[in-house]
Amino acid sequence: MLVLKCPNCGVIAEETEFAAGGEAHLKRFASDSGDDEFTDYMFRRKNPKGVHFERWRHAYGCGKWFHAARCTATLQVFGTYSAQTSEPPAEIIATIKQHRPDWKGSK
Amino acid sequence: MRRYSAFAIAREALRYHTGWERAWPSPAPKAKYDVIIVGAGGHGLATAYYLAKNHGITNIAVIEKGWLGGGNTGRNTTIIRSNYLQDESAAIYEKARSLYEDLSQDLNYNIMFSPRGVMMLAQTEHEKRGYLRTVHANRAQGVTTEFIGPEEIKRRLPIINIDGPRYPVLGALWQARGGTARHDAVAWGYARKCAAMGIDIIQQTEVTGVDVANGKVTGVQTTKGAIGCNKLAIVVAGNSSVLAEMAGFRLPIESLALQALVSEPIKPCMDVVVMANTVHGYMSQSDKGEMVIGGGTDGFNNYTQRGSFHHIEETVRALIETFPMISRLKMLRQWGGIVDMTGDRSPIIGKTPVDGIFVNCGWGTGGFKAIPGSGWAMAATVAKGEPDALAAPFSLDRFKEGRFIDESVAAGVAH
Repeated sequence: MLVLKCPNCGVIAEETEFAAGGEAHLKRFASDSGDDEFTDYMFRRKNPKGVHFERWRHAYGCGKWFHAARCTATLQVFGTYSAQTSEPPAEIIATIKQHRPDWKGSK
Repeated sequence: MRRYSAFAIAREALRYHTGWERAWPSPAPKAKYDVIIVGAGGHGLATAYYLAKNHGITNIAVIEKGWLGGGNTGRNTTIIRSNYLQDESAAIYEKARSLYEDLSQDLNYNIMFSPRGVMMLAQTEHEKRGYLRTVHANRAQGVTTEFIGPEEIKRRLPIINIDGPRYPVLGALWQARGGTARHDAVAWGYARKCAAMGIDIIQQTEVTGVDVANGKVTGVQTTKGAIGCNKLAIVVAGNSSVLAEMAGFRLPIESLALQALVSEPIKPCMDVVVMANTVHGYMSQSDKGEMVIGGGTDGFNNYTQRGSFHHIEETVRALIETFPMISRLKMLRQWGGIVDMTGDRSPIIGKTPVDGIFVNCGWGTGGFKAIPGSGWAMAATVAKGEPDALAAPFSLDRFKEGRFIDESVAAGVAH
């Protein structure tokens, strides 16, 4: 059972209280962009075996969206952070590097 | 390869079973192959088999990081059916189902195909309307299905409770020629026949890199060294994104955990397969007497081959209302597999941005039923270098071009 902390309301809860929302930090493209960019945004996913930045919603709580950094190979949670950002904050990156020295970054 | 037959059993009985051969050897990899297939699950082995049988290509290596059939092929609930809504899906799943009918004879290996009938319960008005529509579509596609009412369901399946109250059974989409097969035997049967045709099945060997020169594949790096190839087929289900990353492209796939469980064995009590999509519960009884139960996927990306317990709880809780007699059953085993989900819940078969690399993935939660048809279409695609008629609608380009084969809406849930 995953345990996440909602950074919006501060509640620490089991995954049944949250809804997963897929990959975070997608760059949005509108319908007037190129086919490739639009396909990237709509469909293509990193889906890494390892460190994953993802969106979650505190569905049965405050209802707000947030982001989590998590390892898909071990289910370790590195931390959660505000959704009002376009890239992971420095302290999350530092935590990940501490646990995963070989991690090549999120790009 | 010595044929399996009733005579062979009698012969071996007379000499204390000393004459059985290994079903397939464990060869060391050669320096180069015409085709390398990554992934010795059902789909990979079927691809190898039909490449050899239909297209005469036997200089093939099937590379597997674990043991053959140890991934989703050995982790599913073995349901075989072809009652899909979209024409493209019906074509490939019906091809697969019809190949399953005589696969035991074709492979000389008893895969225990049991066309006992698949019943997809309609437990909401929406679902009922959906299945009535599917029956019409199936009729146009030449797939034999019918919609049966609650009384007929109760007659065929006395242990069911059709009254609800939460999930009343309003009817069912019935495919009489659907059923189950022995999942391990499908992998083993293909593997044995592939080995007999000269294909190398290389187990316990993980692909660690894909070699590409001038936009064309030249081989793979593995834990047993570099192996060259002219064509590379990536057939690795939940690990497709990892292999694609090695080859330098990205797939419209997310990997999720899907779980199943079996009960202690009990006397025969149901001789059909039941799918209850509203509650994400799938149940059939194995030949050993175990109730085989499948559930829904977790919501988050996961490579660990284990899922969240609350999904098991939800599935079983809902099934107990529909099948009250299972409430006291003990569960023996529970496991998870990593399924490769696409946005439209249909597979991807075909070419990739790298010349010479082909993918067969995205079967998601319903790949087992498709194994023979998938291998058939993938083999034709790899052999010709161009999409086969069955495979063409499932190309990777469809996401860019907006040609979805939308089974997610058709099923309402994962299927």
